[in-house]
Amino acid sequence: MSLDPGYLEYPKRHHGYDHDLYAWSALHERAPVKWPQGSVAVWVCVSLEWFPIVPGGAFAAPGHMQTAYPDYRHYTARDYGNRVGAWRFLDALAKAGARASFATNAAVAERYPELVRAVLDGGHELIAHSTDMNGTIDSSLAANAERDLINEAMHRIALASGVRPSGWLSIARSQSFKTLDLLKDAGLTYCCDWVNDELPYRFNNGMINLPLNHELSDRTIIAVQQQSADSWAQSLEDAFDWLAAEAVATGSGRMLPIHVTPYIMGLPYRIAAFERLLERLAQRSECWFARGDQIVSSWEAQQ
Amino acid sequence: MQEGATDPQLYDYAPYRGRKKVVWPGGKTVAVWVAPNLEYYEIDPPAHPKRKAWARPHPDVVGYSHRDHSNRVSHWRMAEVMSKHGFPGSVSLSVALCQHHPEVVADGAARGWEFFSHGIYNTRYAYEMSEDQERTIIADSIRTVRNATGQTIRGWLAPALTHTPRTLDLIAEMGLDYTCDLYHDDQVQEVKVRSGQLASIPYSLEVNDHYGFFVYNMSGREYAETLIRQFERLAAEGEQSGTVMCIPLHAYLIGQPHRIGPFEEALRHIAADGRAWIARAGEIVDAWRAQA
Repeated sequence: MSLDPGYLEYPKRHHGYDHDLYAWSALHERAPVKWPQGSVAVWVCVSLEWFPIVPGGAFAAPGHMQTAYPDYRHYTARDYGNRVGAWRFLDALAKAGARASFATNAAVAERYPELVRAVLDGGHELIAHSTDMNGTIDSSLAANAERDLINEAMHRIALASGVRPSGWLSIARSQSFKTLDLLKDAGLTYCCDWVNDELPYRFNNGMINLPLNHELSDRTIIAVQQQSADSWAQSLEDAFDWLAAEAVATGSGRMLPIHVTPYIMGLPYRIAAFERLLERLAQRSECWFARGDQIVSSWEAQQ
Repeated sequence: MQEGATDPQLYDYAPYRGRKKVVWPGGKTVAVWVAPNLEYYEIDPPAHPKRKAWARPHPDVVGYSHRDHSNRVSHWRMAEVMSKHGFPGSVSLSVALCQHHPEVVADGAARGWEFFSHGIYNTRYAYEMSEDQERTIIADSIRTVRNATGQTIRGWLAPALTHTPRTLDLIAEMGLDYTCDLYHDDQVQEVKVRSGQLASIPYSLEVNDHYGFFVYNMSGREYAETLIRQFERLAAEGEQSGTVMCIPLHAYLIGQPHRIGPFEEALRHIAADGRAWIARAGEIVDAWRAQA
C-alpha cells in the first residue's frame, strides 16, 4: 500500500501563503490604528435573510429548509426575523445610540421596503448579502453564473433601496477562488468573509477584508453551541474587556464584531440580553459603535 | 502494533491502583504541560483517498481563514499569556510552518518552547502511506525543525491524528522517544515498539480546546473551569503517584478575544497552586524514565 508520490510533494511550501489572495502579515507588527473615538470599534452587523421555501443554490445556507416540502416550520421561523426580530434590533440600536450594518439579501429590500427604509432612516448601512438565501457561492459555481449572481444582487438591492452598498457579505462567508475579483469588478470596496484577522486588511487585488468574527456570532454561540443568550452576552463582554486592555497595551485600536441574526437573537426571551449588552457597551468610554463602512474608511485613511 | 489483530498490542494493562510512586521534581504531584498546535492547513491540498481535507469545496473560506487567525493574531496573544504565567509550550508543529511563517516558529523558540512533529501539513494524512513514505515525512520533520530551531524533535502527534500500523515503530526506530497519540492513561506509560523505547505522554482530547468548544460546546468560562477541575483532581491523585495534565491548544480557538481572559485565569490558578510541575514534554518523559 502506498500513496501517489505527488502526495508527498509540496510545490507551495515557501515563505508566506500557499495562495496569492493576500499577503502574510501578523497583526502586532503593523502600525497602530486610531479610531475617530474610543479604542474598540464595536461593529454590529445584522443579517437580513429571506429563505425561499424552495431551496436552491450551490449549497444549502445555514438555517435553510430542513423538512420535506413544504417546510412551513423553517420558512416562517426565519421570516419571523424580518417581521418582528429586526424591529426589536432597530429599537435596541436606537436606544444605545449605535449605528450598525445590515447585511441584506436583495429579496429583503424588494419584499420588505418598510424594514429597509427604517434601517436607512436609523443611520445604518446596507451591506450586500447576495440575492436571497439560495444565492450561495462556492467553487462549484461556474464563473459566469457567479458573476451574474453578484451583479444581480447589486442591481436589485440598489434598485429597491436606492443605495449601492460598498460592502459584501457572502452567505456563510463562502467564496470561490474568483469571488474577490468578481466583487471588485462589481464596484465593491470591501467584503466581510475572511475571519483570519481582527482589523481590516487589503487583498492583493485591492479589495479590503473587514473580518466579521464568526466565533462571536449568535449563530455559533447560540444556534451551534447551544449556549444561552446570557452566556453569549457574557462572552461578548469578556471579548470587549480583553480588546480594550489590548488597545491600551499596544496603543492600537481594536475591533469587536457583533454578528447577530433577527430570528435567533431577536426572540422575546433573548432580546433583553442583546439590549443589555449594547447598553453596557454604550457606557464604556473605549467603545466606538461604528458601521462597517466607517471602520473601513477610518482604517483606509491611515494606510 | 500488531497489524490486523483485534488487540493492537500497543501496551500492557496496568491497573491505576497500586502503581509504583512517581515523584516529580520539587515533590510536585502533577506535571502540567501546555501543547499549542502550531499548524498550517493548505487552502487547496491534494485529495487523499481516505479523508477529505475540508468540508466545503476549496477554498473553504471559514475553515482556512479561521486557522490562519492563529498565525496572524491569536498565536501571539496566547503565547504572551502563557509566558506571563510561566508556562512554556511543547509545540505540536506542522513542520511546513517553518517555511510559511517562520516568524511564528521563531517566536516559540525564543520563548524556550520545545517542538515535536505534527506532520508536514495538517492537510496531509498518513493513512495508506508506505513504510518508505512514512520514513520520508519523519525524516523531513527531523530535518526541518533542526534547520529552523536547532532542536532535535523527540515526539510525534500524527498529522490530523492519522496513522499507519507502523507509525509508532518507525518514530522509535528513527530516534524519537515519545508519542502523544495514545489516550489510555493519566501517567506516562511504556509503548511496545519493534525496537528502541517509546513513551506515551498523556496528551488529551477531552480537555483539548477543540473538544471543549466544538464537541462539548463550552463557553470560554466553562472551559477554564474544566481545566481547573481537571487540574484539581490530577494534583490530588498525584499524591499517590505523579500524574500528567496536558492542555492541548489551538490559538485560533483559545486565543479568541472572548476566551483568552478566562483561560488566563485558569493558568493563574494552576501556577499559584503549588502542586504543579510546569514543564515541557521532553522533561516530563525524562523525569518519568529516570524513575521507571
